Amino acid sequence: MIMVFCQQDDGNLHRVGLELLSKAVELAKDIDAKVTAVTVGSDISHLATTLTQYGADRVILVKSELLEMYNSDLYTKALSEVVEKEKPEIFLIGATQLGRELGPRLAARLKTGLTADCTHLEIDKETKLLLMTRPAFGGNLMATIVCPNHRPQMATVRPGIFEPHTSDTVKSAEIVEYTPSISFEDARIVVEEFFEKVREDLDITQAQVIVSGGRGVGSAEGFEKLRELANLLGGTLAGSRAAVDNGWIDKDRQVGQTGKVVKPKLYIAIGISGAIQHLAGIQEGTYIVAINKDADAPIMKIADLGIVGDWQPIVNGLIKKLSKKASKEDDYEMARS
Amino acid sequence: MKIIVFAKQVPDTTEVKVDPIKGTLIRDGVKSIMNPEDKNALEAALQLKESHNATVTVITMGPPAAEAILRESLAMGADEAYLITDSLYAGADTLVTSMILAEAAKLVGYDLILTGRQAIDGDTAQVGIEIAEHLGIPVVAYATDISISGDSVVVKREIDNRVEVISTKLPCAITCSKDMNTPRYMNLYDLFGCYSKEIKILNNSVLNFDKTKVGLVGSPTKVRRTFTKGPKGEGKVFQGDVEESVEKVMNVFAEVLNIH
Repeated sequence: MIMVFCQQDDGNLHRVGLELLSKAVELAKDIDAKVTAVTVGSDISHLATTLTQYGADRVILVKSELLEMYNSDLYTKALSEVVEKEKPEIFLIGATQLGRELGPRLAARLKTGLTADCTHLEIDKETKLLLMTRPAFGGNLMATIVCPNHRPQMATVRPGIFEPHTSDTVKSAEIVEYTPSISFEDARIVVEEFFEKVREDLDITQAQVIVSGGRGVGSAEGFEKLRELANLLGGTLAGSRAAVDNGWIDKDRQVGQTGKVVKPKLYIAIGISGAIQHLAGIQEGTYIVAINKDADAPIMKIADLGIVGDWQPIVNGLIKKLSKKASKEDDYEMARS
Repeated sequence: MKIIVFAKQVPDTTEVKVDPIKGTLIRDGVKSIMNPEDKNALEAALQLKESHNATVTVITMGPPAAEAILRESLAMGADEAYLITDSLYAGADTLVTSMILAEAAKLVGYDLILTGRQAIDGDTAQVGIEIAEHLGIPVVAYATDISISGDSVVVKREIDNRVEVISTKLPCAITCSKDMNTPRYMNLYDLFGCYSKEIKILNNSVLNFDKTKVGLVGSPTKVRRTFTKGPKGEGKVFQGDVEESVEKVMNVFAEVLNIH
C-alpha cells in the first residue's frame, strides 16, 4: 500500500497532498498496490470526498479534538500508530515546513529512512523499490536515494512538482475513521499563540519567486511594473548585469556569475537575453519563464516556457489578473471576519 | 544549564557552481566551513551562556579534519568540544547519524540541544529533529528566538506562512534558523586559548555500536546515483497574442505557485 499524508488546515486540504495522491496512483500501478490517503484533524469528515476524487482507494480520517491544530508531538504519535497498524510500503509527505518537521519525527520513531524534499519519484522496474530523487549540494547535484530493507520507504516531496488529477470515472473509496490513543499529556510542546507572517521584501537568494529584468525592460519605470508583479506574486525583484549597469536596480539584486546565485521555485526573466554569466546564477530545479521579443535569444533555449512578445502588455495583463484575485481574497477575508 | 550544540563541517556550496554548458559541478577551490545555521545555534548557546551561566559543548561528527570547526567554536567561546570520528561511521544517513549523535549526547549530558535548521550540503533539515526523537525529548524546528526561565522554554518559530510561539520544558532540542541572530567572530583571547584546549575524541570503542548498525551498512537509505542535470533540454516557446500569452503564464502560476 502507498500511504499519502494529506495536510489540512482549518478544514481545507493543502494542494500538495492532492498532488501526491495523483502521483501515488501512478506509482501504485507499477507495484500493484492500493493508495491510502491519511488526513489528521478534528472536523475533517467532509474531506473524504475530495481525497477519493483525487485517487484514494481508502481514506483514513485520524480524528480527535486534540488534533484540531498542528502539534508535532500529537501528530507524530497519532500517525505513527496508523503507520504501524497499516504497514504501508511507501509513505509520502508534502515537503512543506510542517511536513519537513513531521517527517523526520515519524521516520526516527519508526526507525526507517527518510528522503527529504524529493523532486522526482519512480518505481525501479527490477527491484520494485521507490527511486527518490532530490537536489543536494545547494541544488547543484541531484541524488537518487533508495530505502531497500526498511519500511515504509519514506519521502517528503516538494510542493508544485506533480500535477493533481481527479479520477475520470466515478470512484468510491473505503472511508475509515480512526481515533488515536493520544491524550493532552502527550503534548510536551504547546502552541501558545500564532499569527500569519507579514510578507516582506526578501533577500533574492531566499526568494521563492523572482521577477527579473534585463536590458529589454528599458527604464527604471519599467522596473516599477516588474516590482508590482513581484509583489502580487509574493516574490521579489531582481535583474541582470545590464539592468544594474544602467542603474535601474541595486547591485545586491543582480543575478549571475558576478551577482548572486538564486534558487527560487519560479524565475520570470523579462527582457533578459540569457548570457551564460546570467544563467550561472540560476540554480537547478527552478522553473524559468522568459518573456522576450527575440525568439532566438539564448534564454528561450533554457526556459521552461518562453513567451515571444513585447513584455509591457503581457506584464500589465498579468498584474490585472492577479490584482483581481487579490481583491477577491480580501472580500472573502472580510466576509469571514 | 548544560547546552550541547551539534555542528557540521560542510563545503561552502555558495562557491560551487554548475558549468551551464557541460552541466558538471565546478568544485575547484571550494573551502570547508562550519555550516552557517549551526553557527547561529552556537551563537544562541553562547548568549545563553552569558545570560544563564550555561556551559556550551560543541560536538561534530566527521573526518579528523572536522576538528577545524571545533577550534573555531572554542575561539568563539564554547567551553568544550568533542569530535566523533570513526571509519565505521562513514556514509551514515540521517537516521544513523542522529542515532550516533544522540548516543554522544547521553554520554556528555545535556539540558538543551541546539542545532542549525539544516546543513547547506544535504539540505535535509532532519538530523536535529531525529536526535530529539532518539532521545525521547521534545523538539521545536525553525526557531527564530529562544527564551529560558527555570526549566520553561519559550520558542518563537516560523513555519510555512505562520509565526508560532511555543512553550516546552527542558530537556529539549531546538533547531535554529539563520534569522535568529548574527554569529559573533572569534575573539582574540579565545583564539589563542583554543589551541591549548583539548578536543575530546569519541570513537566506536567509546560509543560501542554494533558495527552492522552504523555507517553505510547500518543506514536505511542508500544513494543509488548522483548526477547533475546537465544542460537543460529545450522548453516550450510560445508566440501568440497578448491574451493567450497572459493565459500561458497564469497557468504556470497555478502549477508552480498554486495561485488560482
